[in-house]
Amino acid sequence: MDVMGYGQLLERAWPEIIVVLTAFVVVACDLVAFRRATAGARFGAAVAIGAAGCVGAVWKLMASAPVMNQTSMMVDTPLTRLVQAGLLVLTIVVLLLSVGAQFTEHVGEFVLLVLLGTAGMLFLVAAQDLLAIFISLELLSLSLYILTGFDKASPRSAEASLKYFLFGGMSAAFLLFGFSLLYGFSHSTTLSGIAMAVHEQPHNPILMVAMVMAVVGFGFKIAAAPFHFWAPDVYQGAPVQSAAFIASGSKVASFFIFFQVMVLGFAGAEGSASLTRMTSGWVPILVLVSCASMLLGNLAAIAQMSLRRLMAYSAVAHAGYMLLGYVAHTERSLAALLYYVVTYSLATLGVFGVLAVTEKANGDDSISGLSGLSRRAPFLSFCLAIFLLSLAGIPPLSGFFAKFLLFTSVLAAAPGSMLLLWLVVLAIGMSAVSLFYYLRVLKRVYVADVEAQAAPLRAPVFGQVVIGFLAASVALLGCAPDLLLNALVGVVRASGL
Amino acid sequence: MSGFPWISVLTLVPIAGAIVVLAVGAASHTVVRRTALGFSLIALALTLLLWYGFHPEANGYQYQEMHPWISMLNANYHVGIDGLGLLMLLLSAIVTPIGMLASRQVERQVSLYFALMLLLQACLFGTFTALSFIHWFIFWEMGLIPAFFLVRLWGGPKSAKAAMQFLVYTMVGSITMLMSFLAIFLATRSFDFVDIGRMAQSGRLMPEIVARLGWHLLTPEHTAMVIFAGVFLGFAVKVPVIPFHTWLPLTYTEAPTGTTILLTGAMSKMGLYGFLRILLPCFGVQMQHVLTPLLWLAVATIVLSAYTAWAQTDLKRMFAYSSINHLGYCILAIFAVAKFTGTDAGLMSQKFAAMDGVFLQMFNHGLTAATLFWFIAMLEKRSGGVRGLNDFGGLRRVMPVFTGLMGIALFSSLGLPGLNGFIGEFLIFKGSFPLVTWATALSVLGLLITAIFILGILQRVFYGALPEVWAQLPDLTVGERLSLVPVIGLMFVLGLYPQLVLGVVNHTAMQMALTLRNF
Repeated sequence: MDVMGYGQLLERAWPEIIVVLTAFVVVACDLVAFRRATAGARFGAAVAIGAAGCVGAVWKLMASAPVMNQTSMMVDTPLTRLVQAGLLVLTIVVLLLSVGAQFTEHVGEFVLLVLLGTAGMLFLVAAQDLLAIFISLELLSLSLYILTGFDKASPRSAEASLKYFLFGGMSAAFLLFGFSLLYGFSHSTTLSGIAMAVHEQPHNPILMVAMVMAVVGFGFKIAAAPFHFWAPDVYQGAPVQSAAFIASGSKVASFFIFFQVMVLGFAGAEGSASLTRMTSGWVPILVLVSCASMLLGNLAAIAQMSLRRLMAYSAVAHAGYMLLGYVAHTERSLAALLYYVVTYSLATLGVFGVLAVTEKANGDDSISGLSGLSRRAPFLSFCLAIFLLSLAGIPPLSGFFAKFLLFTSVLAAAPGSMLLLWLVVLAIGMSAVSLFYYLRVLKRVYVADVEAQAAPLRAPVFGQVVIGFLAASVALLGCAPDLLLNALVGVVRASGL
Repeated sequence: MSGFPWISVLTLVPIAGAIVVLAVGAASHTVVRRTALGFSLIALALTLLLWYGFHPEANGYQYQEMHPWISMLNANYHVGIDGLGLLMLLLSAIVTPIGMLASRQVERQVSLYFALMLLLQACLFGTFTALSFIHWFIFWEMGLIPAFFLVRLWGGPKSAKAAMQFLVYTMVGSITMLMSFLAIFLATRSFDFVDIGRMAQSGRLMPEIVARLGWHLLTPEHTAMVIFAGVFLGFAVKVPVIPFHTWLPLTYTEAPTGTTILLTGAMSKMGLYGFLRILLPCFGVQMQHVLTPLLWLAVATIVLSAYTAWAQTDLKRMFAYSSINHLGYCILAIFAVAKFTGTDAGLMSQKFAAMDGVFLQMFNHGLTAATLFWFIAMLEKRSGGVRGLNDFGGLRRVMPVFTGLMGIALFSSLGLPGLNGFIGEFLIFKGSFPLVTWATALSVLGLLITAIFILGILQRVFYGALPEVWAQLPDLTVGERLSLVPVIGLMFVLGLYPQLVLGVVNHTAMQMALTLRNF
């Protein structure tokens, strides 16, 4: 095995280093230069510096060619680079949506935590070693726990944070226990080393236990049922910007690394969930988790009164769809999965962006509070319609193509498999259910009668620009999916599975 | 005229119109109405240009555009028209301005209403020109959204239920169709209608699907049948074919009349277009396997809808059911054409006749039904929303011009020789009778009932005693008369000289009938 020196490691970790350094610059500037400035100005400055740092990291990612070393602790392939660049873009959007937020005095610390979480995500994407994965995951999670509780004035935020922390600690324990079993089983911490051991004895019971533990740990991160209990409370209690961060970037990174661990680490122990010849492995487990997520997420979302909780349950449902990409585990399905999770994140960020404005005006996130929004804020309503319809999978928005590509790649993975066919049928049926609850929100926005006194909603111009940009990208990626898809297919193929 | 992307431009015109209409939304209602009407007339002019440059004798598609689009799915942006596509474009372009002229009662959110109408027109254009499944499906689905909101926001008292029913029914059909096309794509790696049609006619499509997908629980025949059923359901709901029609009466009745005109005039043709463009070339064998039940469906559609229309007392509902009846003739002829695959010259000439009849009937029904609903809109405007069959009487005394012109439209719907409705139905019956004798014979009952209830309308609305309340009903204004002249004139022209349309579509009809030879 090729051992990496510190010099090499530093060389390779330039984007992460840039992000971390930016984080410290932000805090320093905020504490030194902007102490007496207003919250708005402080947020503006901090976000400008943070976003500049992210842009720098993206530039660094694009500037040099990947090293393509598959055997070390951290890999550097076109695939990881593209995902990292995507994560940085999502972080920039979250930062831009935070401009003008009023939930905290500690502006510098907020941006610091977002950037540290981003650094954790960047490491997570590149990690190929159990320890590196665990440490990056914790770096990300700890930032998210604090971000959830960042609204100190709100008891709900604190409660959500504690819940998130307790559930997260528990799932981290599961994950670590699973990892330790894996190490004992394979005498290796790298994914490729584990894969070799798995190849020799794919039906070892210890391996099975470790596999279940890993699914529990990662299932928590991606909010798949039945490990989703934190999601509604966190989505509802956290400050909007934190919730947006949790719902977008952290999801992309977690889905990616989960796929890597399952497909690279447990290669050879897929098992089969075929209805007639079932064998043990991670595919049958994920089939169960996926079905549970699709059913529970969609059915529970119907009953929600709060838009944030609705988004949480819809996140559970979307996790269920995306897990189908794992069940297929082909190059095509990975490309489709990444397209799905990126476009999903853009739409989700957009919804939270709109929520940030309406909550400030309405004081809560209830769906009924959105009544007649189309007349109070026509532009925001239009964007919200684009985001929700994309999430529901209405053509020609990107959500439709995401679902279409994912389901096609799943069906193409194992022609003739009745199980995959039924899973896709279930997924499409559940998408139809999801249309119902997304339309219920839009019905409030567009059809419900507005009270006489409702004044036009005052929305900051900058926030509207960001939201408009998100809506445009959701629509554009739907009309021309090749813009993103070609890049994804290219890097997935170049990096191999 | 090759090279210039005529069809893309044509699809973009109404979209641009929708944006402009929304932009001038703050202006007076008249400005909004005129702008929207202007854009729909530009689209009509463009369609006429296409008609002018079209070569009726050429094989294959014209004005084609092909660009790679989604490489992962091997999907292209491929558009083009043959005689059928051109005819449907023209119909959509004629019906949309009629729908707009009939939307005078719309007073709330006028700019949004007209923007949605233009959007719907763009979706119609897109559907009728697409030759690749993906963007065809996008336009097909996207058309639902403006239609849903048009019904929901400006519809009658039960519009919420109507819009929901409409959406759910068509959505279910769309989903099964999507599944079937996914299966076809997985087997053939192609979404192109032309490619798929070619594979089907060389007999390779279904074996390929069975070999690639091979669902073990199903025999090859059943696999093919399941896929056919999925696509069939999608189109059958849209046309609609009885028993998939239950969304239609409520939707047509509750929708604002301008929208009903678009729904019945153009959108219902989307389903028939799918039958002709996709089902007939790709699933001819499957249709033959289940031809008898399919013919029963066609007969039921024709006869039952006519009887139901007879029993209605709401004029809009009557014409809604009569719409189902008229499109039923097309379904019958399509099934009749699919029955035989031989090259026998006698059969061929019957198939050509039936095919020509289908094309004519689609166009004529669009024209006539749109005009009839337009008359209802004018009547409603004068009567304050009343449109019951028994609410009127003797209107010919106060509204002689209205009575005369609507009478012409009614007789055209009834199929009086000399008017446009006759020739299509005649060709359909002439062609279908030798091919599927019993079904055609039973369907004649539909003609009879239609004649009865249409004469009933004439009698109860325009003759008899004039109720006191309607004594002051004004006749048609000059503007209304002028805008009606071209439509009524077209009814006469097509009735006396159907060659105008037939000349353009005849070659396409022959090609379609010929492709069925090579199973």
